[in-house]
Amino acid sequence: MSENSESRSGPLAVELHGISKSFPGVIANHSIELMVRSGTIHAIVGENGAGKSTLMKTLYGMHQPDAGTITVNGQQIQFRNPTEAIAAGIGMVHQHFMLADNLTIIENIILGAEPTDNRGRINFGAARERIEALMTSLGATFDPGTNVSELGVGQRQRVEILKVLYRGAKILILDEPTAVLVPQEVEELFETLKRLVLDGSTVIFISHKLDEVLTYCDEITVMRQGTTVAHTTPTQVDRRTLAQLMVGSDLPDPSGRETKVGEDIRLQVLGLNVASEIPGAKLALQDINVTVHSGEIVGIAGVEGNGQFELCEAILGLRPKLSGTISVDGSELSGSDTRTRREMGLSYIAFDRHREGLLLDAPLWENTFLGREENAALTNGPFISRGKIEADCRSIIKRFGVLTPSEHVPAFALSGGNQQKLVVGREMASDPKILLAAHPTRGVDVGAQAAIWDELRHARDNGLGVLLISADLEELIGLSDRILVMFDGHITAELDPNTATPEMLGTYMTGGEIVTSL
Amino acid sequence: MKNQRLQRVLVTSASSLLAVFVALCICAVILLITGKDPIQAYSTLFGAAGDIKVLQGTLNRATPLMISAAAVAIGFKMNLFNIGVEGQMRVALLATAVAGAAVDLPAPLHILFCLVVAMATGAIWAAFAGWLKVKRGVNEVISTIMLNFVALSLVAWAFDSFFTADSAPGVLLVKTKELPPSAWFPDIVDRRLNGMFFIAVLVLVLFYVLVWKTKFGFQLRASGANAGAARVTGVNPKRMVMISMLMSGALAGLVGMRALLGDVHAYQNNLAEQQGFNGIAVALLGRNHPLGIFISALLFGYLGEASGRLQLEDIPKEITTIMTGIIVLAVVIINEAVKRWDDKRIQHKAALALATRVVAQ
Repeated sequence: MSENSESRSGPLAVELHGISKSFPGVIANHSIELMVRSGTIHAIVGENGAGKSTLMKTLYGMHQPDAGTITVNGQQIQFRNPTEAIAAGIGMVHQHFMLADNLTIIENIILGAEPTDNRGRINFGAARERIEALMTSLGATFDPGTNVSELGVGQRQRVEILKVLYRGAKILILDEPTAVLVPQEVEELFETLKRLVLDGSTVIFISHKLDEVLTYCDEITVMRQGTTVAHTTPTQVDRRTLAQLMVGSDLPDPSGRETKVGEDIRLQVLGLNVASEIPGAKLALQDINVTVHSGEIVGIAGVEGNGQFELCEAILGLRPKLSGTISVDGSELSGSDTRTRREMGLSYIAFDRHREGLLLDAPLWENTFLGREENAALTNGPFISRGKIEADCRSIIKRFGVLTPSEHVPAFALSGGNQQKLVVGREMASDPKILLAAHPTRGVDVGAQAAIWDELRHARDNGLGVLLISADLEELIGLSDRILVMFDGHITAELDPNTATPEMLGTYMTGGEIVTSL
Repeated sequence: MKNQRLQRVLVTSASSLLAVFVALCICAVILLITGKDPIQAYSTLFGAAGDIKVLQGTLNRATPLMISAAAVAIGFKMNLFNIGVEGQMRVALLATAVAGAAVDLPAPLHILFCLVVAMATGAIWAAFAGWLKVKRGVNEVISTIMLNFVALSLVAWAFDSFFTADSAPGVLLVKTKELPPSAWFPDIVDRRLNGMFFIAVLVLVLFYVLVWKTKFGFQLRASGANAGAARVTGVNPKRMVMISMLMSGALAGLVGMRALLGDVHAYQNNLAEQQGFNGIAVALLGRNHPLGIFISALLFGYLGEASGRLQLEDIPKEITTIMTGIIVLAVVIINEAVKRWDDKRIQHKAALALATRVVAQ
């Protein structure tokens, strides 16, 4: 963005220059430039996978960059571990709270940094005094002797912040802190942060919710595809420009398709409500309606964590629903277990192939057999037919171009792209009627991506209905016949990929409203 | 690619052998410290291998170890750690001794009846731990350990209060009513090797077929390898926990049957003591594979059988117990180290194989 000398004045609390970090086969960060002025709330915005978390881990000493320099308060520093980052006054508030429910607020805060007297006993009096002083400066009002189990989500987050301040942090990193909060709590959080900044602290705030960022933050750095692409302030941009910076402006044309969407309804979700796993938090899914026809790809756009995972789990019968109906090919699924649903023609490419897709230590032939134990062609009564399974695995390997020496190597030996092709191959091999494809090409190389896209198009032309969950706009626009946008557990928009613009998608994905002007 | 499987087998066996070797070395040091000659001790210990009586005794001692290791291994295959084999075995022992003495059946049926009672009671006792895990989320390690104490005390109380038979005058050892001879499991070699050995081998064969050759076994292994992946394909994790706990308990019930049906023919305190716990060590050394369990059970059986000879040389026979313990520790450490090394090797080889293929094209 525009260079504004005014916004660059004042001492810098954190300065990152030319930071690069790659993991085997993936570049997570490259040529990062970040300047955070002391005493400001500095937002880092970007889509999922833009490299925000990798960058913050670098700053917090959780791993070391391959190149580049880190300067904190004017001093160039190398952190070997988080302990050294904490010593330098940097604190991290994680998105997932790390609190012991059965301990009091005081105990949680001092855990690992207990003040002791000369006989080694914990000096609770001194701890309480210090914590109460910190609480006053934060404007927090709860009793530090309460058990954490009695606190609400917003209060727990306050305790996490206290924990970091107690260790002397002057630079706080907050990783998507508002993801679990209701609007009122969000406001309270920012009041807290404002007080901190007035006391001389610096806050680095990771988010993808543009309205919050524009309302409460002093400066903004935008990340896209592993690097920083802009540095700006809320006075210089509006949310439209910011959304565009975040998602990039070059979008592919939706590839024209010759075939038509079928008439049959393959998947129908009506009025679906699902509770959150966190007690007391808002609903994970609220009044969701989705219809997928045969030969249709319906894209679900959205930043991760806005209910897409819960939607898939509810459709698969892995998560209870509060109300609503889900049907495949006209038959209602209530009461049927996951295996039955799969046998009715439901297939699932899981969000995370390592956690839910593959048996990493098992050979490929066992991986392609997983979930297909009732397939009569691969079994013999109660027994598995090893020879047939291996032959089936070889045909999946061949058809989907999985690069592997044989079907006997364990899955962990394959590269990410080849692992994913194997998962896609397995889920397609059972001839499904409806495929839930969650980030089907995440973390795979360009070649594997093209191959998977071709397979999805081909299956669609043969009548498969696909619910495509993705944060990749190129994928969504290139494949979908319709795009639904999910935000905060709701479906907030339905768009036509032929007319959708990046600003529109960016706006809806980040919780904005589009005012139709004539 | 049979070659690749062979390599995995070799690497696995090598790491177990290495563990045994390391344990022998550490025990040699212990012997030296206590002023004994390790070479003399080991030549006495392993010199007994030529004796046919020692070999018969080895198989006899290996019998309960094989079954109890299978009971532990079936849990391990899905990441369930059943420490409660000892307690499940004890409950089954008393129940079978009482039920077996109360009925009158022709020989083969009577034995079968006893085995079924043993398996059923072992499974019921294990079901408590399974139920606690499925319904209340109680870790099975904790619940099975606790249930061991409950089982031991409950069985001791029930035995003392209700089931002791009048013993001959002057005999201090109390027992339950003796089983009729129709319930006695026949010996292969009189008083040296009991026929339960064949049952144990059969258990291992069935274990192999079930776990490696059936759909159910595949789901069991998949749940153990990645519970998340198994869950999204519709394998119900709670159901798998319950079933594997029941099977583990049923096998645990069989562990004491060589001692009960093949040897003492009545329940007494200390009958088959420790055999449930020793199975854990055998399963660890045998890497939860039937063939590995078979070999490990023979090794442990042999150490137990030959240890008596050490006393003749004035070497405490407890050295074999120490050896067993060190083997278990060494196995756990060495297996992990070898696995990491082997994983890297496989990954490297796969990458190399693909690179050469690309060049060849």
